[in-house]
Amino acid sequence: MSATAKPIANTRSATGIPTARLITWWVIASEIVIFGGLLAVYLMHRLGHPEWGLAAAHTNTLAGAFNTFVLLTSSLCAVLAHKAADAHDGPRAAKLLRLTSLGGLIFLTIKGFEWTRDIHEGFVISSGGFWSYYYTLAGLHGLHVLAGMVIMLIVAADAAKNRELQRVECIGLYWHFVDIVWIFLFPLLYIAR
Amino acid sequence: MSSQAEHAGSVHVEPGFFKKYCWSTDHKMIAMQYLFTGMAMAVIGGFLAYVFRMQLGFPNHNVPGFGIVTPGRYNAVVTMHGSIMIFWVAMPVLVAAFGNFLIPLMIGCDDMAFPRINRLSFQIFLLSSIVILGSFLVKGGAFGGAWTAYPPLSASGAYNLTPAGAVLWLLAVALEFVAFLLGGINFTVTVMNSRAPGMKMFDIPIVIWMIVLASLVFMASVGPLIAGAVMLLFDQTLSTGFYDPARGGDPLLWQHLFWFFGHPEVYVVLLPAMGIVAEILAVFSRKKLFGYKSMLYSTWAVGILSFVVWAHHQFVAGIDPRMANVFSVTTLLISIPVAEMVFLYIATLYGGSIRLDTPMLWALGFLAEFLIGGVTGIFLGASGTDIYLHDTYFLIAHFHYTFVPIAIISVFAAIYFWYPKMFGRMLNETLGKIHFWGTVIPFNVIFIPLFITGLAGDQRRVYSYAQFAEQSKPALQHLRTTSTIALLVMLSFQLFFIVNFFWSMRHGKLAGKNPWRSTTLEWTVPSPPPHGNFAELPTVYRGPYEYGLPGRDDDYWPQDAPH
Amino acid sequence: MLERYLTAASSYAHSIDHLFILIAVLVGFWLLVAEAVLFWLIFKYRAQEGRPSRHITGDEKELHRWITIPHMLVILCDIAIIIPAIIVWYNIKQAMPPAEQTVRVYAQQWAWSFQSPGPDGVFDTADDVRTVGELHVTVNTTYHFELMSRDVVHSFAVPAFRLKQDALPGRTIIGWFRPNRVGTYDIQCTQMCGLGHALMAGRVIVETPQDHAAWLLHGANPTMAETRTPSVSPDASSTRSGGLRASLEAFNVKADPTPVAEVRR
Repeated sequence: MSATAKPIANTRSATGIPTARLITWWVIASEIVIFGGLLAVYLMHRLGHPEWGLAAAHTNTLAGAFNTFVLLTSSLCAVLAHKAADAHDGPRAAKLLRLTSLGGLIFLTIKGFEWTRDIHEGFVISSGGFWSYYYTLAGLHGLHVLAGMVIMLIVAADAAKNRELQRVECIGLYWHFVDIVWIFLFPLLYIAR
Repeated sequence: MSSQAEHAGSVHVEPGFFKKYCWSTDHKMIAMQYLFTGMAMAVIGGFLAYVFRMQLGFPNHNVPGFGIVTPGRYNAVVTMHGSIMIFWVAMPVLVAAFGNFLIPLMIGCDDMAFPRINRLSFQIFLLSSIVILGSFLVKGGAFGGAWTAYPPLSASGAYNLTPAGAVLWLLAVALEFVAFLLGGINFTVTVMNSRAPGMKMFDIPIVIWMIVLASLVFMASVGPLIAGAVMLLFDQTLSTGFYDPARGGDPLLWQHLFWFFGHPEVYVVLLPAMGIVAEILAVFSRKKLFGYKSMLYSTWAVGILSFVVWAHHQFVAGIDPRMANVFSVTTLLISIPVAEMVFLYIATLYGGSIRLDTPMLWALGFLAEFLIGGVTGIFLGASGTDIYLHDTYFLIAHFHYTFVPIAIISVFAAIYFWYPKMFGRMLNETLGKIHFWGTVIPFNVIFIPLFITGLAGDQRRVYSYAQFAEQSKPALQHLRTTSTIALLVMLSFQLFFIVNFFWSMRHGKLAGKNPWRSTTLEWTVPSPPPHGNFAELPTVYRGPYEYGLPGRDDDYWPQDAPH
Repeated sequence: MLERYLTAASSYAHSIDHLFILIAVLVGFWLLVAEAVLFWLIFKYRAQEGRPSRHITGDEKELHRWITIPHMLVILCDIAIIIPAIIVWYNIKQAMPPAEQTVRVYAQQWAWSFQSPGPDGVFDTADDVRTVGELHVTVNTTYHFELMSRDVVHSFAVPAFRLKQDALPGRTIIGWFRPNRVGTYDIQCTQMCGLGHALMAGRVIVETPQDHAAWLLHGANPTMAETRTPSVSPDASSTRSGGLRASLEAFNVKADPTPVAEVRR
């Protein structure tokens, strides 16, 4: 972290919304368009290809369900981290953020096992319409989980020293978004037949 | 927070070369990085135009500096010309360079809200430039499937014969998208939050509004295409079949995703161009912009409507013919707010005191030429005539009559106008005027013949018409050759600009703070502005175009003057 | 007006040409007026000693009228254009007059091939007429075409007919035309389709019924297209030679649009 002060531009707030939170919402907005676009395309194709339901039957619903639970729990940790940051308790916020990150790691690990099994059974990204969308959607989501984890750990490192506490809320917001995308993906990819 | 309590920056230590020129977070330096990169890419894009026009004007002759233009190389050259001009010239210069330079200065703050994200945006953009240029050097050469990259051609190396080039093209475009998403978000947040005290929404200069709206339109339209690009990348590299009908995919899907972005994209570049022209018109006619609010409402209307016209690029593409009628209606609808904006600009001249300095010549040139681009669009938006005109040279002439005013004319207008602020010195007026006429007149001689060849049946992306009896008439070849010669003339006159630009940096007349006697905030700081911009951050008391007020000493009233 | 630049040889060509003139008149008017006003204002309000600029906001009623009225007129012009445009589009792309003959048009990298059902009127029988590069049709006959692509997106265009339709793999797209002038007209591919995009030229030969019958008797099936040899040979790296390869494959043409050649991935 450089020693130079933040520009005045960063500290002003003509809208009343703090700049960090404002930019987080805009980032989320742009991600919604990306995922929304991909999801809409998938939905259109799914509706036009009822036979994809047969392929979808081979997804590991148990792994998906457990992963949903993991992500929701980690989001709870993120909320508690925000609460701690609001109370200016940086070390506690950092601990909770690291727990959130751990949730992300568990999510990715389970997914790793899940995909290993799928690939062994012969379901790869080029195995046909459903699987192409499955891996693309879940893969893109997974990348966002990973990126979120990395940023979260950086924010936690600062928060532990009681620095940049406003970022705890922001990374929490991002994590909730990643969570919500999964809430959409899970029923569409795992449950719908 | 009162302006007295705010002091921009702290004690400033002069950075070394690397930190100042390559690792800066200062928005002005980042603006220069985008500007110079964009200008360099423009030279490459212009060279590519030279190559393919030489082939079309003097078919099958050796092109000096290139060689023989074979069909494969021709396809790569036209693909890369289009891609580079839109993504690596128009976008970085209009949105990123001028956005970066002007936003903090014109809204009265010291930098962008997130300077390090700003630096990151440029670095990602630079990487994308390296990737796209690198694609010329790989086996098979640069991608040759047109800038629109329709699959299955773009998805399979067996079809396009440029497999490595196709992948690199896609990666470069994707990186460019990420860079502009980050940049646009930064701009939006800065304008929303970091304005000087007293600057209300309707006191924001039009060019700033336009750049923000362009960023928002970009953000809202590019998402589905990023998804589509990931899918195309997987088709190219992982044997998926998203766009392969034999595997249950659909080539039309890409087209919809592409044009859902592609049409708003033209407004992403049009809006900043119009913003630039608005600023210059006001200053050089000494007039308040006519109907500031109407201008904004029309712009919002254009921005929203731009999302429902995309399939006018696909009338004959195999979409349901009934859909074509819907999109033809919406396309003609969008001509209404655009026409409104043009009328408002022309009306600004009324009652003015017009000085035809070089920036004003370019701004007026924009209006005169863009009018032609706009009206010729009607022939293409009307579905009936588009059956004949789609993908002919009539189309090419139409979109060059919009894109050249946007990416070239308005950019030169902006450079001539803000150069004094950027570099502290004035550009030479005589060289500027020669450059102007030497660009605009040949520009018309390039493209008017192409309207005609298009009407006569010349289709685009064709390296030679020797196969077609109807296109082999000598009169048509005369028109093509004329167009090529005019391009050579136009390119030669750019030398006046290059000489002027670099010579004036050291030897131009010193500019002072406000050589154009303008009301907006960037003209209240030294030229060039120091790090932190404002020694004392300004407070704003009025709108940005208070010119010609009776009963005052000066014919302009700066935004930050208390009385 | 378009006929000045290129012959009109089909029954609907004139409707497009007339629509073009209508649009040209209306937009031409606006272009001239707008440019004239622009230049007149530049001239009239050029800086003059002793005449300062005026402070005008644009909210002034008597001035804003100069925007609102043209605004309304532009809307009227748009309506005057869109209605005929939709009618022209409908008549060409939506409404299909009953077919007197049907042809199949195959697009591939890089040639056009055609199939007509022959005297028995049924496709994929022994008497089908198959050609490469040349489509023979009789004048004043309404044809339906079934357009297919074997590989990438192509576009079937006959400028003299004012006909254009993209060909997509995996789909059969139907259209129609009715030639009304005897003669030979270019077929161009008008969607980027790779190396040979400019080399997949074709011809529509519109002949009288007698000439057509004579051709069927003597010159038809299988026909090697007489394409003009390109004046520059394609990239040395390409092993395809466009029309020749396609001609050879025409002997093995099947009716369904699956790829003729195995495409390596």
